[in-house]
Amino acid sequence: MAGIPHDHYEPKSGGEKWLHTRLPIVGLLYDTLMIPTPKNLNWMWIWGIVLTFCLVLQIITGIVLAMHYTPHVDLAFASVEHITRNVNGGYMLRYLHANGASLFFVAVYAHIFRGLYYGSYKAPREITWIIGMIIYLAMMGTAFMGYVLPWGQMSFWGATVITGLFGAIPGVGEMLQTWLLGGPAVDNATLNRFFSLHYLLPFVIAGLVAVHIWAFHTTGNNNPTGVEVRRTSKEDAAKDTVPFWPYFVMKDLFALGVIMIVFWAIVGFMPNFLGHPDNYIEANALATPAHIVPEWYFLPFYAILRAFTADVWVVQLVSFVTGGIVDAKFFGVAAMFGSIAVMALAPWLDTSSVRSGRYRPMFKWWFALLVVDFFVLMWVGARDTEFPHDWISLIASAYWFGYFLVILPLLGVIEKPLARPATIEEDFDAHYPAKGSDAVAKPAE
Amino acid sequence: MLKKLSLATVSAVALASGAFAAGDAGHTHDVDFSYEGPFGTFDQNQLQRGLKIYTEVCSSCHGLKFVPMRTLADEGGPALPEDQMKAYAKAFPINDELSNPQLFDKTTEEYRTLLPTDNFPALYSANAPDLSLMAKARAGFHGPLGTGINQLVNGIGGAEYIASILTGYTGEEKEEAGTTFYENTAFPGGWIAMAPPLYGEDVEFADGHSNELHHEAEDVAAFLRWTAEPHQDARKRTGFIAVFFLVILTVLLYLTNKRIWAPIKRKD
Repeated sequence: MAGIPHDHYEPKSGGEKWLHTRLPIVGLLYDTLMIPTPKNLNWMWIWGIVLTFCLVLQIITGIVLAMHYTPHVDLAFASVEHITRNVNGGYMLRYLHANGASLFFVAVYAHIFRGLYYGSYKAPREITWIIGMIIYLAMMGTAFMGYVLPWGQMSFWGATVITGLFGAIPGVGEMLQTWLLGGPAVDNATLNRFFSLHYLLPFVIAGLVAVHIWAFHTTGNNNPTGVEVRRTSKEDAAKDTVPFWPYFVMKDLFALGVIMIVFWAIVGFMPNFLGHPDNYIEANALATPAHIVPEWYFLPFYAILRAFTADVWVVQLVSFVTGGIVDAKFFGVAAMFGSIAVMALAPWLDTSSVRSGRYRPMFKWWFALLVVDFFVLMWVGARDTEFPHDWISLIASAYWFGYFLVILPLLGVIEKPLARPATIEEDFDAHYPAKGSDAVAKPAE
Repeated sequence: MLKKLSLATVSAVALASGAFAAGDAGHTHDVDFSYEGPFGTFDQNQLQRGLKIYTEVCSSCHGLKFVPMRTLADEGGPALPEDQMKAYAKAFPINDELSNPQLFDKTTEEYRTLLPTDNFPALYSANAPDLSLMAKARAGFHGPLGTGINQLVNGIGGAEYIASILTGYTGEEKEEAGTTFYENTAFPGGWIAMAPPLYGEDVEFADGHSNELHHEAEDVAAFLRWTAEPHQDARKRTGFIAVFFLVILTVLLYLTNKRIWAPIKRKD
């Protein structure tokens, strides 16, 4: 793919030419920043910047926190208290980092659902989508291990439950679990390696983000119409796009500003709202909390994990067919990872040739239901597993899989899409009529 | 069902005393503390009264091992004068020597007195939980439907939970497996192993402030909120300043964005 035609960096002075022939770094930065971007992008296209900001925020606060933190089972909890009480500004660092993780996940879920609605995963953007899913998995791993570090009750028991999932894998499970933990149970070895990996993974994510951006800078951004930018000539492309700088940089920064106001209000006034009180009790291997709940951003998938109990007929059937090798526990684990796998496979499961949900009358409703389903799973993930929660989580889990495995493939065949604009320019002009200064300035979409 | 749901989120309590894993979630009443809301700050007098109650009553069984003595002199805390704080540290008894090996002086072979740089001593011998973080380790409010969304309005309610426990005794007792349990309306399960620590008029305040039970309970709860969140006032100030400047920045970004897009959107 040739990319969208646009002006490239031309070194002018002798010094610029000297550098450009040896290392075209200025050209790379110029082309990245001036990339032609569809001018009809709406407010759901701001999350990329928010996510980049979150990654930088987490790395910077994290590096400073690591200077004061001690990854040892006897000292970790006290060292976190030391940070909040004795380190200058430590309470802000810690709360920024803890709530930063939440903002990170708010943004990533908005970003993913944006992609799902506007068909950003469809050809030719499958690799962008897959890299994105890998980033999301790496984020979950990082967040999970980071939550273990304060060594509170939920840290310890969360780690015990989640690493126990690997123990459910038939045959090699127990061995794998011991290998992951560095011993038979969550202990000092576990804490140490989690700290090490928690420090490492964000840099892996940063690398993946670069590839993610590289991929969609090659294909060009998707946009709310799903119609491609015209590449026939530089002039045609310029009618559909504006350069990223300054148009979208400013728009994204404004959106980031609004989000920062909410974020700092939460950090400043209610930093523990999203946390669990139990994590202010030091880890105790002898006292199991009555109810172990993961952080809010894991709840939807935790609900799927718990939904498939031994009395569900699908589980019984699979167990019978496999001669008991796949028991309820492993089924739940497979379902949890499968729920993310089916999402990653969306580019191949969605048979519709129309990208944007805007022009798909039936898809719209199924998609809306998926969003509701996500929140239902999140809510039920924090409840106990008694009636009616068991049924709610089962139905909600079934819908999650149904959406990707049945509805997406079928809709492409039975749905009659609406007429789409021929070009991005046409869509943009429909929002902002060409007639002079009386046009009302309002955000795209 | 609702009670059961909220019990789920109060799980913490089961830890303090494993015997009470099931039963009523307990009722936490809302208290109007001075530090609530974005602009609320700790009441220095209340923290000093709470410190006195902790010192004279609670400290015989409960430690505060994460709280440095010197912070008693901090602004935004009890703000004791420097010399009072030093004298307080020096006079503070070490009830559980074995849990505080850091205070053992190898040259004199004795436990030394506390310095401002020391934390309050740890105390495990009475089998009572440390109180440093208690006001953050318990949530008083859980609704609706166990989502905890009402905490947006009420706060998490840790200090309210403590105040409710201290005033929640009904006077009923029962004996189980050699331990006496006391009925308490705020405690999940309804029966707590801690004997009523306060009855009212347990301490005398130099300024003649009321020492009725509910006043004492609120004072010590506020003090424990401070031990759990000693920089709360500073944090809120930082939050306010951040929000203030971010609002200005965001308005400027809005205007900038609007202006640079104007020619694109209007095609002039």
